[in-house]
Amino acid sequence: MQQQALKSPQSMHFLLERYRASKVARSTAFLPAVGLFVVVACMIALNSRFLSFGNLENVARQVSINAIISVGMTFAILTGGIDLSVGAVMALAGTITAGLLVSGLNAGLAIIAGLGVGALFGAGNGLCIARLGMPPIIVTLASMSIARGLGLIYTNGYPISGLPDWFAFIGRGKILGIQTPILIMLVVYALAYLLLQRMPIGRYIYAIGGNEDAVRLSGIDSRKYKIIVYLIGGFTAALAGVVLSSRLMSGQPNAGVGFELDAIAAVVLGGTSISGGRGSIIGTLIGAMLLGVLNNGLNLLEVSPYVQNVIKGAIILLAIFISRQRGTASAR
Amino acid sequence: MTETSQTSPEPLLKLEGISKSFPGVRALRDVSLSLERGEIHALLGENGAGKSTIIKIMGGIQSQDEGQIFLNGKECHFSSYRDAISAGIGIVFQEFSLIPELDAVDNIFLGREMRNALGFSRKNEMTRIAQGIFERLGVKTRFDVPVARLSVAEQQFVEIAKALSLDVQVLILDEPTATLTPTEAELLFNVMRQLRDQGIGIFFVSHHLEEIFEICDRITVLRDGAHVGVLKTADCTMDHLVEKMVGRKIESTFPPKPALQTAERILEAENIRFASNGHPNSFYLRKGEILGFAGLVGSGRTETALALIGALPCPGKRVRIEGREVSMGNPAQALHHGIGILPESRKTEGLILGFSIRDNISINNLPQYTRPIGTIDTAREKRKTQELMSAVHIKAPSDETTVVSLSGGNQQKVVIARWLNRRSKILIFDEPTRGIDVGAKAEIYTLMRNLTAEGYAIIMISSELPEVVGMCDRVAVFSHGVITAVLEGDAISSEEVMRHATASVKKSAVDALSA
Repeated sequence: MQQQALKSPQSMHFLLERYRASKVARSTAFLPAVGLFVVVACMIALNSRFLSFGNLENVARQVSINAIISVGMTFAILTGGIDLSVGAVMALAGTITAGLLVSGLNAGLAIIAGLGVGALFGAGNGLCIARLGMPPIIVTLASMSIARGLGLIYTNGYPISGLPDWFAFIGRGKILGIQTPILIMLVVYALAYLLLQRMPIGRYIYAIGGNEDAVRLSGIDSRKYKIIVYLIGGFTAALAGVVLSSRLMSGQPNAGVGFELDAIAAVVLGGTSISGGRGSIIGTLIGAMLLGVLNNGLNLLEVSPYVQNVIKGAIILLAIFISRQRGTASAR
Repeated sequence: MTETSQTSPEPLLKLEGISKSFPGVRALRDVSLSLERGEIHALLGENGAGKSTIIKIMGGIQSQDEGQIFLNGKECHFSSYRDAISAGIGIVFQEFSLIPELDAVDNIFLGREMRNALGFSRKNEMTRIAQGIFERLGVKTRFDVPVARLSVAEQQFVEIAKALSLDVQVLILDEPTATLTPTEAELLFNVMRQLRDQGIGIFFVSHHLEEIFEICDRITVLRDGAHVGVLKTADCTMDHLVEKMVGRKIESTFPPKPALQTAERILEAENIRFASNGHPNSFYLRKGEILGFAGLVGSGRTETALALIGALPCPGKRVRIEGREVSMGNPAQALHHGIGILPESRKTEGLILGFSIRDNISINNLPQYTRPIGTIDTAREKRKTQELMSAVHIKAPSDETTVVSLSGGNQQKVVIARWLNRRSKILIFDEPTRGIDVGAKAEIYTLMRNLTAEGYAIIMISSELPEVVGMCDRVAVFSHGVITAVLEGDAISSEEVMRHATASVKKSAVDALSA
């Protein structure tokens, strides 16, 4: 059959289809990568300062917080859910770590406590969603409010300062010449890649997004994996909180407002389907980079921040439009 | 039934030399069809024969690469379903296009509501017209409830009414009986006869040959995208038809029932109920046998199976596997104890449609391919998947093919293959051959017998009596949530099963089976 089609006058059309079906083009991260390439090329053309090593390092560091949060968001969205609590959980974990450090608690324990609170919040989200069957958007909207409130209660609304000097290492230090936040981000992405692409849990997460009933009836405890997914979301948010506290050398209860939306933007720009089942963690990293490069580039070009918002929104719309066109072209 | 109206020289609808290719596949090759006024015309063919494609072309949803369509002798070009409808061709698809929350009238007039001068909806007027259409159909329905609360058959009538309200001359019914009970199907046939007598031409797609013989005037058989013949129903036999369809003779559809090797009870279940006040049923399953769950739709067969594996809550149940009492609170535990299920709806409960065959088969087998460090050995997974695919004869280009592009029979085999790698001992097949063509059915039956020969025990839930009688070693008959009889050996006949399935359930049935 294929032979016949190749010989037919429509062979060009066939080759195009064939290309569309090829592995590279089929990857959900393909278009986002092209997009990033185009945006970077534009920025280089428009501004000579963009390409300097210092500036690129700056972009990567600025991106790292959102990129780390977006890992958890990718997990949630892949299962067909969402996690709106990440920004607030980040702030809560950051202030708790800061507060405990100031109170003189052992550094390791303070960081573990911050991360633990984040994971706990995530697990709570997961329990409500998986065990009680509540919709993710409502559960995490509620826990966003709770986490934000708890952070404000804990700090009385004031930033916590006076952190020990060495703590700055996490947010501002360097290991082997690479800035620590960038390194942390890369490690988190490597681990997430391993989980999603190489381990059974990753398959379950994609499959839950594809058809949860089928997964459950095939004997997989889908609820357990959903709880783990939101736990990871809470954990990565808390990790971003610790990094941010260190970067700012203070625990800010009002940090991270709206970060959940940036994270969703990164995931979606990265080619992950908002209804779950399709997407990739590499795509999310590319999506976060894309947002970062836009921010940085537009700043360098001295575009007003108001206009920047409009441009970013338009780019998200354009990205979804293009990926939908592609989706309907391949769907029969 | 033999007289078709040949009075008019031009047929109502004529398709000539229709061809259609998709990348890598020729879906239709030079297919010609004709439909007379006042005729019910069957479109018959195995899954993948090209029925859906030709329907989509008639409905303007896809366009043909070559060929012409004539309606009343005039050539037509449809670029959308809207075009086809306004020309007079209506389709009732397998998946309904009704809005569940709206009532029948609002659904029928959706998008072209009648309004008075002030813009208010003229509901009474619309209701009157809808009633008129239902009178034409010769059936009644409720207009005051959302269509979601109507039976599947009634919803189908609403779909048909919607098409008729648009003055269609050609009505295409795509597997309308697949989700109907036999009684409901009879109602539908009456509606179809009414419409035929009113001069409407109907294309009817069904896998049930009995239905085609009951209702159709002529039959067009498609095979592998080509037209193999058009026959008058009166002139052909069922065997002849099946042979035309599959291009070969099908021997007896059901494999022989071998004598049971052992009386060992692999599964004993007590107090299985699916509603807190439901009747507690008990049953057992022997190694190597096929136990049928028969009964009418809604008699509690599927629910009982789901309660057994813990997919529905069932407090107080007792399950013993190979004599050992086990707890089965969810399907994951059932899997652990070696019970697998082929769900009733393979598309919504069985398969992850957009995913590859490999992903679908591996989903509950991944721990086997996982290295000690926790990563999946994909080479091994691929090898094992290909072994399983050939074990159940899945026909597909590769293990990476997405299951959505497979035929119903192959999709079903993907779900079966999923369970064959886990040392599962007990398989529950819920309507294993629904919506599957004749050739693939026979393959599934053979596969089931091969499995029992290997020592698997199977519970088969089925609404098709011939299948129940032809395949089962024992049959538990359900009526209103109660197992009213367990038939064995020669006692299994269509009449006996039907008698118990329709029995009222006053007498205690429990003692009848826990013998």
